[in-house]
Amino acid sequence: MSTEVVDMITVIIDGFEVTVPKGTMVIRAAEKLGIQIPRFCDHPLLDPVGACRQCLVDIEINGRAFPKPQASCTIPVEPGMIVKTQLTSAVAAKAQEGVMELLLINHPLDCPVCDKGGECPLQNQAMSTGRSESRFEGTKRTFEKPVKISAQVLLDRERCILCARCTRFSDQIAADPFITLNERGALQQVGIYEKQPFESYFSGNTVQICPVGALTGASYRFHARPFDLVSTPSACEHCASGCSLRTDVRRGKTLRRLAGDDAEVNEEWNCDKGRWAFKYVTAGDRITHPLVRGEDGELHEASWPEALAAAANGLGANRSAVLVGGRVTVEDAYGYSKFARVALNTNDIDFRSRVSSDEERDFLAAKVVGSSTTYRDIDRADAVLLVGFEPEEESPIVFLRIHKQVRKRSLKVTAVASKLSRGNEKLNANFLCVAPGAEADAVTAESLTAQSIILVGERASESAGLLSAVAALADRTGAKLAWIPRRSGERGALEAGAIGNLLPGGRPVSDASARVDVSTVWGADALPTTVGLSACAIIEAVNAGQIGSLVVAGVDPLDGENHHQTLAALKKAFVVSLEIRPSAVTALADVVLPVAAVTEKSGSFLNWEGRARHFEAAVVDSLNRSDVRILSMIADEMNRPIGIPTVKAASKELASLSTWDGARAKFAAAKPAKSISVSGNDALLTSWRRLLDEGTLQQGEENLAATARKSVAVISPKRAASIGVVDGDAVRVSNDNGVIVMPVLVENIHDDALWLPRNSRGSHLLATFGVASGARVTVVKD
Amino acid sequence: MSEIQPTRRDLGLEAVSSKPVVNNGAASFGTQLLGFWVTFRAMFKKPNTVQYPEVKEPTAPRFHGRHQLNRHPDGLEKCIGCELCAWACPADAIYVEGEANTEENRMSPGERYGKVYQINYLRCVFCGLCIEACPTRALTMTNEYELADSSRSDLIYEKMDLLTPLREGMLMPPHPMYPDMNDTNYYKGDVLGSHPSQEVKHD
Repeated sequence: MSTEVVDMITVIIDGFEVTVPKGTMVIRAAEKLGIQIPRFCDHPLLDPVGACRQCLVDIEINGRAFPKPQASCTIPVEPGMIVKTQLTSAVAAKAQEGVMELLLINHPLDCPVCDKGGECPLQNQAMSTGRSESRFEGTKRTFEKPVKISAQVLLDRERCILCARCTRFSDQIAADPFITLNERGALQQVGIYEKQPFESYFSGNTVQICPVGALTGASYRFHARPFDLVSTPSACEHCASGCSLRTDVRRGKTLRRLAGDDAEVNEEWNCDKGRWAFKYVTAGDRITHPLVRGEDGELHEASWPEALAAAANGLGANRSAVLVGGRVTVEDAYGYSKFARVALNTNDIDFRSRVSSDEERDFLAAKVVGSSTTYRDIDRADAVLLVGFEPEEESPIVFLRIHKQVRKRSLKVTAVASKLSRGNEKLNANFLCVAPGAEADAVTAESLTAQSIILVGERASESAGLLSAVAALADRTGAKLAWIPRRSGERGALEAGAIGNLLPGGRPVSDASARVDVSTVWGADALPTTVGLSACAIIEAVNAGQIGSLVVAGVDPLDGENHHQTLAALKKAFVVSLEIRPSAVTALADVVLPVAAVTEKSGSFLNWEGRARHFEAAVVDSLNRSDVRILSMIADEMNRPIGIPTVKAASKELASLSTWDGARAKFAAAKPAKSISVSGNDALLTSWRRLLDEGTLQQGEENLAATARKSVAVISPKRAASIGVVDGDAVRVSNDNGVIVMPVLVENIHDDALWLPRNSRGSHLLATFGVASGARVTVVKD
Repeated sequence: MSEIQPTRRDLGLEAVSSKPVVNNGAASFGTQLLGFWVTFRAMFKKPNTVQYPEVKEPTAPRFHGRHQLNRHPDGLEKCIGCELCAWACPADAIYVEGEANTEENRMSPGERYGKVYQINYLRCVFCGLCIEACPTRALTMTNEYELADSSRSDLIYEKMDLLTPLREGMLMPPHPMYPDMNDTNYYKGDVLGSHPSQEVKHD
């Protein structure tokens, strides 16, 4: 990496000298001096456009003045430039006042009903820059309002001041150019393509950056004023991108979430899921009291001491294991990790409540834990290789970051997949089309440099040998490697040792000195020495009668393969479930303990970079407690205390353990599975979860669900011809376990493959087929 | 390290001039008599006392009493739930939640109405800033001053307690707007009463 040498230019603004890098716009240089020039269209992360003309200033260069005031957001600084803003130039002040008057001519005076009222740049700057009274006596231009440009975004065209922030965002940042400025003159307006809705995963950002109330979110509309809201900086719990957010709460209820400003991670953006999917917390069916299964086989409300005693008795009786989903905070994951080792004396713990493999577990221990590939590495990379990973669907901020570099410097993106996704199309990716299960060979054949970066998703574990091929490629070429899981808690759970082969801090269980390290801090005599079972093996062991009790948290049995086995195991074992809402697990559990949702507790997530995303409780008066507190109470009841009664204590103890500096676990490469050949109407299933689907954390928000992409079955033109279907015809996809009937879409996909969304409306693959990828299904015309 | 003691000058005490209090003993008989004269004169005045609550004197016409939420002449509510009253309130006595009007459930003309409207009379100081803030003249004050109650929660007045009763020609919302009129017509005063088509048939 070379440090770039930047030319610096000194200019004088309002009599003050300021030195800024070449290419800086005058408005930014003024900001550096603390001089605020009014503006609407200007946004530091969007290309300058000079649409609103509000930022007019007087400029002279080397004694030659511009004849008229100039828009400071489009003029880069020059040597010898002297700028006079509205503060020192009467001409600039008058020009700005004139522009404001023109902007307000057609702007309706409906601030009392407008959501933006109280936090509106137009309102504020009309006060600072505008006249106190209007001279306009004509009739204002009106449009029909509001127009639904998507189920989630509403447009009031008469409020629009045509700054083009929304259209520029959609075009430049999100690469979803579905809204544009139509018509000309006084009738110019933001519009959507007639045939395509504003179907973007990032549409919420346009609401946030709109400097007037022209774009508003349907779910927040009319519900509050800025002064009602208590804002808390928080972190997003939906994916491993790790966006910083702002949560706005009114009287204990989250009303909206906005993207936070973090230049290193999400810049100023987030995705619609992070913005709008928060109502699952208040969806009504929260578990509020501990539940204990009585003699009659039903769950009954119980007091905390009663429930804790029941849990402690059940867990103490026989061999236990812990299944913790990938959504808990790192402090909670650490609690589960320590609880398993200290209270249950076992390494049988796994956070991967999804399709996973032992190869993946070894890969995580050897290559991922403690690694530090960052967003900055994407900015610097000469090429990006995507393996088992769809950035737009599975980690949208990674998508935005890659897209930024694709747009800026045509970053080379290569995707190894069976189907070309819309996201990869937008990244102009080189699509290496492989049959499901044959990815490893394509990865092995890839050539990269030490400046390249390999982004591998959690779905890579579904193809045997793929992670081995990725590791080998990284070793051979020196390319940076990053594992990007879908869930927000997986990286944190890995670092906290919520997995059978690792102790906290990436210490291998099999390493005696690593165990001593941990047992010293924990004050435990000895830690279990055998490497723990993985999630699938735990389920098998329960069904085989070797394990008698389970601690389960945040796990959906339908997220893994063979859910019948999982459900059977949950039925058979003594299950202690820590949950926020009733689920398939709580229905079978013997003790159910309510825990706090993300908005009600403090903690941190580690995003895919391993960067801590700390957050405080947004709803402060909740009675619910974080998982780690409840685990501590169970451990006390079992008389095997884990000694971390608070999130703070857990966080402090985890920090004191620091990361392991000894030898990493060795990675034994796995062999690729034999490729399955298909013929006739058989196809190999491939799938991924879409960003907006029927996930549990998206419940309760119908407007958001309505913007999800439509479920389709994707097949290649060759297959379409052979079974005689065209776009829109229904096909019947089946295997031994079930049938899915779905409209077909003919697209760029491997001839042997068939793609279905993994968990969308009408297409729940793991529930229906029991598998989600690489397996044989039959496709016929319905 | 010794603590630094502020001087009189630091405290600004030198700028203040002070005068010692001097007690000159009892006032003269003439001065005392002058004081009693006021009391004596009042004995011959007509008493102001009224036998409240049997007798109630009218208040001054602009007396700041209990609030009232007004209606348009056809019965639709004037409140649009904009919360400007809550914003203006120096005592934080008003709580409002807005909601969108729909075709099936229209409470006010235009897009928005106040779903929740509460005034806490334990907090209200009857300053009337809320009335000044109201952009639709939905909120005004009556002359009613009898606002005592036996519990705190009863002194939080809900929207139903504050809404003016239906008068002649008004229909109980929700119901549609007057035919061929929009919210601007309502504000201009073009709607003078309800129209038969606005009646909603309840099953």
